[in-house]
Amino acid sequence: MSEQVEQIDQLTFDFYKEQPHIVRESRDELRLRLGDFAGPLDLLLYLIKQEQANIFDIPIARITDEYLKYIRIMEKLDITVATDFLVMAATLIEIKSKMLLPRDESELVGEDIEDPREELVRALLEHQTFKNAAGMLYERVQLEQAVFARGKIESDENNAEINATLYDIVTVFQKILARHREEVQMEIEREEVSMAEIIRDLKHRLTTLNEISVVKYFEEMKSRRELVTAFIAVLEIVRTETVKLVQSATFGDIILRRV
Amino acid sequence: MADKKDIEAEIEEITQQAVKRSKEELIAAVEALIYTSDEPVPAKILAQVLREDIDDVTEAVGQLTKQYAKRNGGLQIREIAGGFQICTRAEHHEEVRRFLKTRPSAKLSIASLETLAVIAYKQPVTVPEILEIRGVQSASAIKTLLDKRLIIAKGRKETVGRPMQYGTSKDFLLQFGLKDLSELPSIEDFEELVQ
Repeated sequence: MSEQVEQIDQLTFDFYKEQPHIVRESRDELRLRLGDFAGPLDLLLYLIKQEQANIFDIPIARITDEYLKYIRIMEKLDITVATDFLVMAATLIEIKSKMLLPRDESELVGEDIEDPREELVRALLEHQTFKNAAGMLYERVQLEQAVFARGKIESDENNAEINATLYDIVTVFQKILARHREEVQMEIEREEVSMAEIIRDLKHRLTTLNEISVVKYFEEMKSRRELVTAFIAVLEIVRTETVKLVQSATFGDIILRRV
Repeated sequence: MADKKDIEAEIEEITQQAVKRSKEELIAAVEALIYTSDEPVPAKILAQVLREDIDDVTEAVGQLTKQYAKRNGGLQIREIAGGFQICTRAEHHEEVRRFLKTRPSAKLSIASLETLAVIAYKQPVTVPEILEIRGVQSASAIKTLLDKRLIIAKGRKETVGRPMQYGTSKDFLLQFGLKDLSELPSIEDFEELVQ
C-alpha cells in the first residue's frame, strides 16, 4: 500500500518540492527519505538550511553532529549510496578536528590561511549551482512539451513508430540470450533447425498473422543455437522481404510487420 | 522509371534556371521548405536549395517569423537545434494534446536532470568529474541519458585510464528548445541564486 503511494509520488514529483525529508517509519523510528537523487552534498545543504546557518560560515561542529545522526538513521540505505555518505562524514570530522586545533602562531603571520572549510564550501556552492541549472532544464522541458512540431508528433495512439535500430534489436536479443543462459539445460539430443526452415516458418506466420512479436518469437526458441539462427533469420527476412521491424515505444516490444 | 541521376540533373537544371526572386517570393519559398521538413532546417541548407545568398535567406526567415508573430495564429517559426522549424504555439497545448490523445511524456528524474546539467555545462566531461560535482555516483543517470539519446560519448580523455567523455546531443537541443549550446543561460547566473 505505502509502496503504491510512493510510486504515484514519483510519477508526479515537483522539482522544487523534492527535498530530503523524514518519514516516520514506525512509532520510534524516523527515516530520512532522500530518493535516488540525493547525495551527501544535498544532505549537507539541507542540514545547513535546517540550522539556518550561513553557508559561508558553517557551524561545523553542530552540522557534523547532525550529519552523523542522519548517517546512523540511514544505515539501511544501500551500500553504494552509503559509501558516498561515509566519505563525507570522514571529511566533516577531519574539518572539525582541524578547526579545533590551535593555529600555528607562525602560520598566523602568513597572509593566506586557508579555512579548513573552504574546499567544502566551494563544493557545496558548485553543487547548488548545478542544482539550480537542473531546475532551469526542468522548466525548459516543461515548456517544450507544450510545443508540437510537424512530423515528429508523438501521441499515445500512434506513438511515431520508432524504427527499431540494429542497436535496439541486439539489445532485445541480448536480454533473451542472458535469460537463456540462466536456465541450465540438458541437451540430450541435438535438434538442428536450419535457417531455411525458420525463414519458411516466419513467412508462413506472417501470411496468417500480419504481425509477430520478435520477443515472443525468440522466446519460443529452445536452444542458443536456435536462437542465433532465428535472430539471423529475422534480419534476413527484413532485408529480403517486404517486412519491417517496428518498435512502438522505447524499450518496448519489437514487432515484425508485413508492409 | 527515371534514373535517379536524371532526376538530380533535372532538379539541378530547374534550380539553375531559377530567376531572382522578389523578397515576398523568397519568404514564401522559405516557408514552403520549413513546412516540408520534419526536422529544423539550417539557414545554410535553405540557401543552398534556393540558390540564394545566406544573408538574404536569414533575412527572409526573420520576416517570416515576424509575419507569423503578427498574425497571432496557431503556429510559430522557431530557431532550434541550429535550424528553423514550424511548430504550434504553446498556448494551444491543451487542445493539441486532447486531439492527439497524449499526455506529457515521462520526465527525467532529478538525478538525471542534475547529471544532464553538469554534462551540458562542463562538456566534454568524464564520469569522475561528474562524481566530483554531484558528490554521488551517477552511473544509472548517465545510462538513462544515453538511452534517451540526450548525451553522446565524445571520445576519450587523454589522461590516466583514458576515461570516456560525454557531451550533449542534437536531441538535447531539440528537447530543451535550444538554438545551440550558447543559448543556455550562463552558469554564473545560477550562482546568484545561492544565498
